[in-house]
Amino acid sequence: MKLNSPARTDAAAEDRISRFPKHKREEWTGQAYVYACVVLLVVTIFSIVGFIASKGITPFASGALRVQDLLFGRVWSPEGEPPRFGALPMLAGSAYVSFLAAAIAAPLGFCSAVFMTQIAPGLGRSVLQPAIELLAGIPSVVYGFAGLSVIVPFLRDIMPGQGFGILAGSLVLSIMILPTVASIATDALNTLPAGLKEGSFALGATRWQTICRLMLPTTLPSLLTGVVLGISRAFGEALAVQMVIGNAPHVPSSLLQSAATLTSIITLEMGNSVGGSLHNNTLWSLALILLLLTLLFVFIVRLLERRARI
Amino acid sequence: MKRNSIALILTFVFAFALAACGSNKEDSGSGGGQSAPGGSPSASAADTSAPASGDALSGTILAAGSTALQPLVEAVSQKFMAEDQYRKISVTVQPGGSGAGLTQVQAGQVDIGNSDIFAEEKFKDADADKAKELVDHQVAVVAIAPVANPQVGVDNLTKQQLNDIFSGKVTNWKDVGGADQKIVIVNRPSSSGTRKTFENLALGTATQDLPGSIQEDSSGTVRKLVGETPGAIGYLALSYLDSSVKALKYEGVEATVENVTTGKYPVWAYEHMYTKGEPSPIVKAFLEYMLSADIQNSDVKAGGYIPISDMKVARDASGNVTNP
Repeated sequence: MKLNSPARTDAAAEDRISRFPKHKREEWTGQAYVYACVVLLVVTIFSIVGFIASKGITPFASGALRVQDLLFGRVWSPEGEPPRFGALPMLAGSAYVSFLAAAIAAPLGFCSAVFMTQIAPGLGRSVLQPAIELLAGIPSVVYGFAGLSVIVPFLRDIMPGQGFGILAGSLVLSIMILPTVASIATDALNTLPAGLKEGSFALGATRWQTICRLMLPTTLPSLLTGVVLGISRAFGEALAVQMVIGNAPHVPSSLLQSAATLTSIITLEMGNSVGGSLHNNTLWSLALILLLLTLLFVFIVRLLERRARI
Repeated sequence: MKRNSIALILTFVFAFALAACGSNKEDSGSGGGQSAPGGSPSASAADTSAPASGDALSGTILAAGSTALQPLVEAVSQKFMAEDQYRKISVTVQPGGSGAGLTQVQAGQVDIGNSDIFAEEKFKDADADKAKELVDHQVAVVAIAPVANPQVGVDNLTKQQLNDIFSGKVTNWKDVGGADQKIVIVNRPSSSGTRKTFENLALGTATQDLPGSIQEDSSGTVRKLVGETPGAIGYLALSYLDSSVKALKYEGVEATVENVTTGKYPVWAYEHMYTKGEPSPIVKAFLEYMLSADIQNSDVKAGGYIPISDMKVARDASGNVTNP
């Protein structure tokens, strides 16, 4: 902006010496926007957490249920006489599917990242990366339906059992969390200083030696961050898992036996239980457990990030 | 120019944050993800002194609850709102499950609570008083038939046999006269209204979720699984029956509309639309429209339900069947 005319120069000069000059007004408006957004965000987050916590603590506070009964009880029969609320089957189910899904997705994600950044960057960036990003955009109900129509019948044909269970759930989840794992691994490999790789080649290391002796150890904290984020997403996924896992609230004795997860039991029973009843409140307790687990995962990710920086 | 675009982006962010905050508050208000209008919206909106002619009726009706009843109520509400004398009334139907419907109508958050079971069965013990405030409007009857995979080689099961299967005492079809095939139970969640009806009337007892059994939340999925899985057994409302599954006779009686209306086939339940206290004029108009012969013979039958007027037997909340 060039101010040539004398009149405009005068106006600008006047503005600068006034109590509310233009640049300050803009500064304040900008600050007000940012602060208002931050306050709203914080209020929203805390009211969600506060609401779930207040609902979830009710069964314990009223003395109807003890924490250890919920965490270690193996029998879930909310409509039984007397009702019993043991959430161990769901905790075990959630942990099994999430960790198994991560175990399947981690090597796939890392290898695709190596392919995209080291082996064939052109092909990787033009074909593989958009394909993996597409996976992130598919709605979870579509994954669930595909799992129910393809994976479950396939497992039923080649394995003993009905096809429902931890294995079907993990297979569906592993595809769902693959984009998270792969994109974080790709970012980590891309930000690796070029000198490290060139130094390794200069010392006579082969490409494979460079990848597995140098790149993998150096980027390990970032890779683990991706895996933990993937596990966190797997823990929270409800619909797709619910459709393929079978939903029997028992600690499964095999990967091919019907099982339940925290999220699947919440979505199945929330609508049918009466609000304010012990059953309904206990479902909120399960939601609270999920929230605490997510916090734990966030904490782990922060720790890993701190290590990655060193 | 640059500053303007930053301001614009900030405005969008701000608006989005506001929207997010608003929806959260709605959620926390009702506890079930449903929006919660304070009190009874229609009562205040409706002209309570309106004459029975219906010309002056206007307002909104909010119905929520049973997913089994939702399609019928939705279809009827579309017709209702298209009628000339009711076009100022707007009816909204939300799913959520029988429990949610009863809770919300009891709390005054919705005008009509749709339910597959009697309120007395949900509000028990300490909550028994809550059921007394609700007025029952039975709008249709739904019959539930045990179904099996077509290859099991059985077409009739007695109450005892069904009981043994669903409680896990019998685990192979050959023990009830069928093929040598392991039984796979495809159940509804333990709190589902359909499952309660089936357990009360067909099994005579509540059952646990057995290890290896499958629990699914929708009738469509149950039908798909029973049709595909060798040795599967489940139960479905008559409207869901087709050739992919085999409907089993219960104690030698086939689940047909005729057998249900005459009381020969016992596994049936009312579809309830509860109001808190006597309904307001517009809600009353809607319920009367629902029960009119026109609707009962067209939409109710088309949806696979049995019109309430066809029933020659009646049942009360404690399960006593009478033959008026």
